[in-house]
Amino acid sequence: MSEIQTILTNERYELNRNLAQMLKGGVIMDVTTPEQAKIAEAAGACAVMALERIPADIRAAGGVSRMSDPKMIKGIQQAVSIPVMAKCRIGHFAEAQILEAIEIDYIDESEVLSPADDKYHIDKTEFKVPFVCGAKDLGEALRRISEGASMIRTKGEPGTGDVVQAVRHMRLMQSEIRRLVSLSKDELYDAAKQLQVPYELALYVHEHGKLPVVNFAAGGVATPADAALMMQLGAEGVFVGSGIFKSGNPEKRAQAIVKAVTNFNDPHVLAALSEDLGEAMVGINEQEIELLMAERGK
Amino acid sequence: MTVAILALQGAFVEHQHMLGRLGVQSFEIRQRQDLLKSFDSLIIPGGESTTIRKLICEFSMYDDIRERILGGTPVFGTCAGLITLSKEISGDVTDADPPLKLMDITACRNGYGRQLGSFFCRSDFVGKNIPMTFIRAPFIESAGPNVEILSTVDGKAVAARQRNMLVTAFHPELTDDTAVHEYFLSMSRTAPQT
Repeated sequence: MSEIQTILTNERYELNRNLAQMLKGGVIMDVTTPEQAKIAEAAGACAVMALERIPADIRAAGGVSRMSDPKMIKGIQQAVSIPVMAKCRIGHFAEAQILEAIEIDYIDESEVLSPADDKYHIDKTEFKVPFVCGAKDLGEALRRISEGASMIRTKGEPGTGDVVQAVRHMRLMQSEIRRLVSLSKDELYDAAKQLQVPYELALYVHEHGKLPVVNFAAGGVATPADAALMMQLGAEGVFVGSGIFKSGNPEKRAQAIVKAVTNFNDPHVLAALSEDLGEAMVGINEQEIELLMAERGK
Repeated sequence: MTVAILALQGAFVEHQHMLGRLGVQSFEIRQRQDLLKSFDSLIIPGGESTTIRKLICEFSMYDDIRERILGGTPVFGTCAGLITLSKEISGDVTDADPPLKLMDITACRNGYGRQLGSFFCRSDFVGKNIPMTFIRAPFIESAGPNVEILSTVDGKAVAARQRNMLVTAFHPELTDDTAVHEYFLSMSRTAPQT
């Protein structure tokens, strides 16, 4: 059995992939306080991401952005009964060890924080807790999976309220998946080389027409329509960061996005949900961004 | 036979695949009008029970689903589905939306703790040794006299049946073993037509 097959059939890894399956069709919301976590849970979030500053504020503040204070994360763990995720810096395995020590349900090795290592990601196979990682394309997604990620999300462009990059990343990933499916088996060796991924993972995608793990949309989702768009493009669920608590009416918007993900294919439901939500986050256009977080960690 | 799968959130596709392997038709219920379609039995899948209970209420399906099940339609709840069907929820409860209060059990939510407490094991289900996957799972803390316990793991009840209602704390839809689904389908075949 090859090493990748060993990873994919490892019992702990399987349980961690399974948890991501339970999150499907749901919305994972960024929260910074126990109060926000309660609002997210009451709105129907299937999990929350605990962090000190939401991406829009990280972007505004600049400087080095790190893992959140474990005390703050524990406060959120106590406030809600749904899974609690938290972010560590790319390559910062000591931050990940700390998050595992406080029994976090999922670690996001995230480009939203300042990378701690500009070459290596965390060897996620060394951990018992699951990891989700961002990806712009199929190569990045499969490389993260080969390092032990049990869930993938698009990078999008966090903290902008602009969905264009999440759309680009999801479309690219889906079209690369379709391409791998269409190749003959002997062509996969070269495709794996081009994608810089292990052959076994390229073969998995070829045979199944999907990633071996759950794939969510993230980065720039601000409205129920954005969420529905990402679901129709093939996302299995949605992360919403700044879009909720940077908007005029977080409770109502959070609930509307949750319902939009369930009924992403019904325009009548979406129309009703999109009414009267108050001010959406103002956002920044792609062209106005000085820092492209999606370019961190490839 | 047609099985309806509550597809508000969670692992409903896995149930569709399992039923497909057994040659049984299924469709998704995402909103109230979907309940008007004809179906013989219902599955409430795993996922986040707070989200599923919330959306049952928000999409005005609470009374309709209750009536269908009280009327005898067979129902199978896995994990979050077990919590949703229970009369009482204990343990880690921080939200306000009620369960359907149909099955005479108390479900201990997050009974094994956080994700690090998730586990895999093999145990007996109605006399057959099957694989069981527990993901942030509940267990059945107590059950009324009309409830038949079908599986226990480490002394805790993890599968049970009361009349037309079947629940498991684990996820048979995540394994290759079809025993629990076949058991449910046999319940559905022998159920009185409603």
